[in-house]
Amino acid sequence: MTDPVLSVRDLTKTFTSASRALTVLDGVSFDVAAGATCAIVGPSGSGKTTLLGLCAGLDRPSAGTVRLAGTDLGPLDEDARAALRARSVGFVFQNFRLLPTLTAAENVAVPLELRGDRGARAAALDLLDRVGLADRAGHYPTQLSGGEQQRVALARAFSGRPRLLFADEPTGNLDAETGARVEALLFDLNREAGTALVVVTHDADLAARCARTIRLKGGRVVEDTAAPAASAAAGAPPSVAA
Amino acid sequence: MALSPVRFAWQDSRGMRRRLALYVSAMALGVAALVAIRSFGINLQRAVEEQAKEVFGSDLEVRRSAAFPDSTVALIDSLVAETGAVAVREASFPSMARFPQSAGGDGLTRLTQVRALDGPYPLYGRVQTTPADAARLLGRGDGALVDATLLLQMEAAVGDSVQVGGRTYPIVGRVDGVPGQTDVASLVGPRVYLPLAALDSTLLGFGSRARYTVGFRFEDPEAGTAAVVPRLEAADVRFETAGEEQQEVSEASAYLTRFLSLVGFVALLLGGIGVASSVSVYVSEKAETVATLRCLGVSSTRVLAVYALQALALGLVGAALGAALGVAVQRLLPLVLAGFLPVDVANDVVPRALAEGLGVGLVAALLFALLPLVRVRRVPPLRALRADARARGVDPVRWVLGATLVAAVAGFAYLQTRSVIGAAAFVGGTAAVFGLLALTAVALRAALRRLVGPGLPFAWRQGLANLYTPGNQTLVLLLTMGLGVFLVLALGLVQRSILEQVALPSETSGESAPDVVLFDVQNTQRDSLRQLVQDQGLPVLGEVPLVTMRIAAIDGVPRDSLLDRADDTFSGRRGGPERWAVAREYRSTYRDRTVDSETVTEGTFRGTAAPDAGVVPVSIEVELAADLAIGLGSRITWDVSGAEIESVVTSLREVDWARIQPNFFAVFPAGPLDEAPQTAILLTRAGTPAASARLQSEVVRAFPNVSAVDVRLVLALVDRVLGRVAFVLRFMALFAVVTGLVVLAGAVRVALAQRTREAVVLRTLGASRAQVRRILTAEYALLGVLAALTGGVLAVAGAWGLARFAFEIPFRPDLTWLAWGLVIVPALTVAVGLLGSRGALRQPPLAVLRAEG
Repeated sequence: MTDPVLSVRDLTKTFTSASRALTVLDGVSFDVAAGATCAIVGPSGSGKTTLLGLCAGLDRPSAGTVRLAGTDLGPLDEDARAALRARSVGFVFQNFRLLPTLTAAENVAVPLELRGDRGARAAALDLLDRVGLADRAGHYPTQLSGGEQQRVALARAFSGRPRLLFADEPTGNLDAETGARVEALLFDLNREAGTALVVVTHDADLAARCARTIRLKGGRVVEDTAAPAASAAAGAPPSVAA
Repeated sequence: MALSPVRFAWQDSRGMRRRLALYVSAMALGVAALVAIRSFGINLQRAVEEQAKEVFGSDLEVRRSAAFPDSTVALIDSLVAETGAVAVREASFPSMARFPQSAGGDGLTRLTQVRALDGPYPLYGRVQTTPADAARLLGRGDGALVDATLLLQMEAAVGDSVQVGGRTYPIVGRVDGVPGQTDVASLVGPRVYLPLAALDSTLLGFGSRARYTVGFRFEDPEAGTAAVVPRLEAADVRFETAGEEQQEVSEASAYLTRFLSLVGFVALLLGGIGVASSVSVYVSEKAETVATLRCLGVSSTRVLAVYALQALALGLVGAALGAALGVAVQRLLPLVLAGFLPVDVANDVVPRALAEGLGVGLVAALLFALLPLVRVRRVPPLRALRADARARGVDPVRWVLGATLVAAVAGFAYLQTRSVIGAAAFVGGTAAVFGLLALTAVALRAALRRLVGPGLPFAWRQGLANLYTPGNQTLVLLLTMGLGVFLVLALGLVQRSILEQVALPSETSGESAPDVVLFDVQNTQRDSLRQLVQDQGLPVLGEVPLVTMRIAAIDGVPRDSLLDRADDTFSGRRGGPERWAVAREYRSTYRDRTVDSETVTEGTFRGTAAPDAGVVPVSIEVELAADLAIGLGSRITWDVSGAEIESVVTSLREVDWARIQPNFFAVFPAGPLDEAPQTAILLTRAGTPAASARLQSEVVRAFPNVSAVDVRLVLALVDRVLGRVAFVLRFMALFAVVTGLVVLAGAVRVALAQRTREAVVLRTLGASRAQVRRILTAEYALLGVLAALTGGVLAVAGAWGLARFAFEIPFRPDLTWLAWGLVIVPALTVAVGLLGSRGALRQPPLAVLRAEG
């Protein structure tokens, strides 16, 4: 088996406010193999978003380690983690998070531009074509519908050819029909590019399309469909093949 | 629903108060300028009233531009005897002064203004001298007093001597300050004070330009003046009283402060535009809150009341801030204007000025803020559910507000200029400049967008894209900063063009043009002076005869009737002749051809006429012809030293007065005036300052009555005087510049939330801090370049217009000014932009997920 693209060990995050410690994540461990699909589910406040932030290196854990694309995030400073993200990670947000000053094509090109790739624009137009928005390349985000914006965001997420894509409620702000379209696109691109997918969602259908579901409650993993019950109970790292 | 607008306005501003305060502080500088100028103006007025006697120097002064006739001397003597007045007699005239001990015994020479005095000078106030009692020594006829600046220039000191005319006087004191004399005046004509009785009388002979005065000081000024005035009027003697002088100085200083107020008002308007723009963004951000309130049943007027209260409170903060700043700035104004003021101005805080500044600032802040604020009335409650819900159609209230704003501006301008035309010109001019700036900014921004192609680095393209963000304030920023750049640059460019114009032609073209002008040359001295110049190895480049004359009649209408009819204002062109043109003394010349500084616009120039011609053809300068209300064929009778000469206007000439060479209103043909009493000007070229000094020294030794002007000194003087004027104007322009920067700071703060969101997304996508900073730097640098270009383009156009139409000189822009603008302005915008956006860079990228809700 190849090295996992994401490896999480004993991840704990504690917030201290008003002299009271609040543990949001408590000893979470799992691996995600290259090209795998994985849903993180759980009720509000269960620690999903915190977990996603820690996995992507947007925040530092109180304890435990995260290895992203074979690199331990622990010793890296902000800019080094940003550089690692630029190389290996894609993002899709619930609120799309397109840059309002850039056209659709320019938004898609940003990850390539950040790396200084030549031919960013051609690659961006290709991807826009792939998500069915070739004719909207010159439009600004405000000129696009929600579904279109999320498709641009998807194209942007894949434009850097990331090894791992984090999606935070990617269909949360879309109606059912548009959501289904974006969802299909997400899994198509995942298959074609061999990009591993980690999706945080409330949407049971979306979670069901993932090969694996990790359920969080009160900061702990209470269910991991990829793991045999015994190994989960023993705390051994569960894993799933592509 | 019961909702207290006051309480909610306070609650709603939570977390935004500092940011809002920054928006309104854009108005503070304008208010500061108004308060400072108004306080200064009121203090100046008081000073003029208090110091009028000292400035004027006497209760009443009798004047004449030639020696008093015996009848007047007798009248003055009897008036002094009858009223028991103290009198000071004075003859003042330009003359060469030579300081023989200077330059290691070689001596230095310079043209000075001589004040020959007889009597207890000064009648009012005190002359500051070193030693302190030197003024008394002058009264005893013991020697000369010399202006401090002149002593410095001439390397002379108290104890040396000075030669004026054929006499040499010991320098008994240095004059450090004379009541009523400005620094600029002493710069232009440094004074030498001599006892009248000990004057070389040849200096007051034929061709002298001496002006004679007798100042009176009465025991009871009012009674004395009242007793003397009717007698002087009856004898047709020219005089002026301290009251009249005070009136004139008062009007001049009121004019000055009103003009400066208008410049300050421009800064206030700029700040207002900044406020309107910031508040507009603020209102957009508040749309959801407003929609929610509306959903909850709050009426639209109540919502407007909430935000209008916020605006009012902020306007108060801004105006108060400005008023406080104004009191500080007020202390600077006397320093800035000191060189031009004949009085000492106090720094008293003037409550009336403070109140006026607060009032104007508050009204302006409210009007400018309300313009975007009234939109909150029209936010549909549906907005709470659908982000794209918007009000449709035109809001008539905004039109009403806009009209009120224009009316308020016009009203203020009217109060300052006291003229409908002046107010209309101010409103129109301001609107035109703002409009042109906006057009230039739009055109430049579009051009830049075309230029910045895909070939440029990502940071630059992204930075440029930020200037186009929906709801951006780019245009407002370009307008406010561009105006500051425009004011400063236009002044610099015009000043440059004027200096280039008056510069010696030889320094630009290598021609042999005169650089020393010798004048007051008597006819009997012409041959020997020419010889003296040639003995120095210098060329005589020209000799121009000067004949002094007055107008005796035009088309048969005698001078006195003309003067009675003359319109004293500037409206003379509508009909009769203007007073100054009829009353003045003309120094005319005669020659057989035109010179290169003049062109004949109408008729034919007649170069010769018979010496005994009954009617002499004359050429008149075209502007003078308009002021005299005459044209081709008009008959002018001239009084030349008592003899009348009849002339007919045969040509009109346009004269380039800016050329440093003798130019004339009236030019006669060679012949008829050959034998008239006259003096001459002799032009030569010394080439170097040393040769010029040697020549002047020799000339004064041989011909004490002949004056010499070194053109280089005149140019240096023009440079210094222009520099001082430009400094004052630039000081006022500074308010506009700083306002532009404050508006920029406000706009940066407005955009901070947006910038933070973008920075965080970029960081999440893997951008380094340095990359984000580069994008911000690129954005503000481009903004700065655009602002500099916007102001620069208009400054070049404006300076060209001023040079071409106001000064009528060729426009020669000094592009280093523009280049500096293109460096300094972007540097400032980048500094303000990065400083204001620090928060955007500090935000951890995790915020992007947390904001997902």
